Amino acid sequence: MGAAPLLSVSHLSKNFGGVQAMQDVSFELKEGELLGLIGPNGSGKTTAVNLITGFVRPSEGEIFFQGRDITGMAPYKIVRQGIARTFQMVKPFYQLPAYKNMIIPLYSPRVRDTVGGRYGDRDAVALDLLEEVGFERDAMVAYKPAGALPQGYLKRLELAKAIALNPALMILDELFSGLSLAEVAGIVPIIEKLRMQGKTIIMIEHRLKELFRIADRVMVLNYGEKIAEGRAAEVMESDAVKKAYLGGE
Amino acid sequence: MEKRKERVDRGIKARASGIFALTSWREMLYLAAPRLLPVLLFLILPLVLGTYWQKVLLSLGVFALLAISWDILAQAGMISLGQALFFGTGAYLAGIMNHYWGWHPLITMPLAAGFGGLICTLCLLPVLRLRGIYFSMVTLIIPLMLVRIVEATKIFGGTEGLTGITPLPSKWLELYLIMAVMLAALFGFRRMLSSDYGLVLKGINDNDRSVINAGINIYLFKAQALFISSAVGAFCGAFMTHVYMFVGMPVFALDYSILPIAAAVVGGPGTLAGATLGACILVPLSEILRGIGGLRIVIYGLALVVFIVALPEGIFHYIQRKYNQFERWVEVE
Repeated sequence: MGAAPLLSVSHLSKNFGGVQAMQDVSFELKEGELLGLIGPNGSGKTTAVNLITGFVRPSEGEIFFQGRDITGMAPYKIVRQGIARTFQMVKPFYQLPAYKNMIIPLYSPRVRDTVGGRYGDRDAVALDLLEEVGFERDAMVAYKPAGALPQGYLKRLELAKAIALNPALMILDELFSGLSLAEVAGIVPIIEKLRMQGKTIIMIEHRLKELFRIADRVMVLNYGEKIAEGRAAEVMESDAVKKAYLGGE
Repeated sequence: MEKRKERVDRGIKARASGIFALTSWREMLYLAAPRLLPVLLFLILPLVLGTYWQKVLLSLGVFALLAISWDILAQAGMISLGQALFFGTGAYLAGIMNHYWGWHPLITMPLAAGFGGLICTLCLLPVLRLRGIYFSMVTLIIPLMLVRIVEATKIFGGTEGLTGITPLPSKWLELYLIMAVMLAALFGFRRMLSSDYGLVLKGINDNDRSVINAGINIYLFKAQALFISSAVGAFCGAFMTHVYMFVGMPVFALDYSILPIAAAVVGGPGTLAGATLGACILVPLSEILRGIGGLRIVIYGLALVVFIVALPEGIFHYIQRKYNQFERWVEVE
């Protein structure tokens, strides 16, 4: 593990017209770390993800990934650098079988050469990846149309699409939202396995209890500003965080 | 006792990772017939039709190709209202090459298709970022603009057009060339769209953010789809220039934009086969109605409405379902 941070964000700001969505946020992420990004609704968590992944251009500030400046780079180029994200709203191809949904990430220039491009090669890799995130091969779940799958499987599919890109940094945007306790309990081990493989992960979550069990560090946003950062237990004791979550003067 | 309709797949079940296990001639015929029938039909038709209907067959082939070209773009998320741009560009390119430089039709047609595709792609490259109706508006406007440019600047013969274009060496070459190109485009591009490459194109239509998120440059893919589509359209234009032995302002007419869309919608978009089938219905229908004079367009329009209301999924999807599934009534407990 090198001393240089994998991701370094400095003085990041974004305003949409008059709305200050992100204000002077800086943080660093070491390789292999799991950072939890939390905050009340509208606090700028998803904006932060959109800024890092290039879907939104920052008004000010710089983002360095693996020592390279990626500020304002086109989103598809950022993915090729090794940052993969999941979306909060999953939107698969509903009419296609689940494994066919994996073809698009497997077509990515980032992994295309390693997968092999002959007829059916990608299908085989897709099935393997889906099995890794819990699509039971015996039950043929991966062959069912994505539209027929419950929410838990759709989130796993979204996760598998990010894993397929073999990223160095994964940003998981509310992976647990809309899932039952049992479904969350099924996904947590997959994330723990990714950590053991050395992946660096940023998780945006509202399900704090589950998040705190796996996160090394949490960062709290409110109205686009960073109000706290540190170990989960310490952060939740901070006055600013209590005020943001529970209200107050 | 209530009853409901149950649909059962007629398909061949023994299938493992793309390998079909065929056990009888009947099963082989079941798979091959939908492909063999249109091929045989289009190869035999030119031999049995009279001269007039042979001409209709030519325009059927051209409109089927234009509909296929529209459908390829539509599947990549670009709804074009300007197939006339592709058609007209190809037509003028072939006309110029033949009229001014005297090149043979068999040279002008492939060149017009290639360069026409290139010119149209470059022309629309700046608007690839536009989505939905905004892209459509631009494609609608450009051919209308080009007509006025030709009219105002009097280039390439102005309102008179370019005449005395060399025809193709023989009637049979004309007929079989357009049939061959149509069938090749139909089966070739169908195969392309069902491959992994085609899946990426369809992904752009469905959810472009998720495709970007896979590290794929969607504008590159859109430009490729645009080139394929406009090259097919430009070929049609070049072909018709040599058939009519004339090229002029009418090549940018709205007919070449609207009729292919009607064909694709009636036939069933998203399959290319539907687009071809739609052209096979609409073009002859329009010819048959020619006999009744003034009310022709009214009846033609009514027929369109009836098709779309009765089979909103498109005729091809309906036939495909009937072919692959059988229905039976079962009692509901």
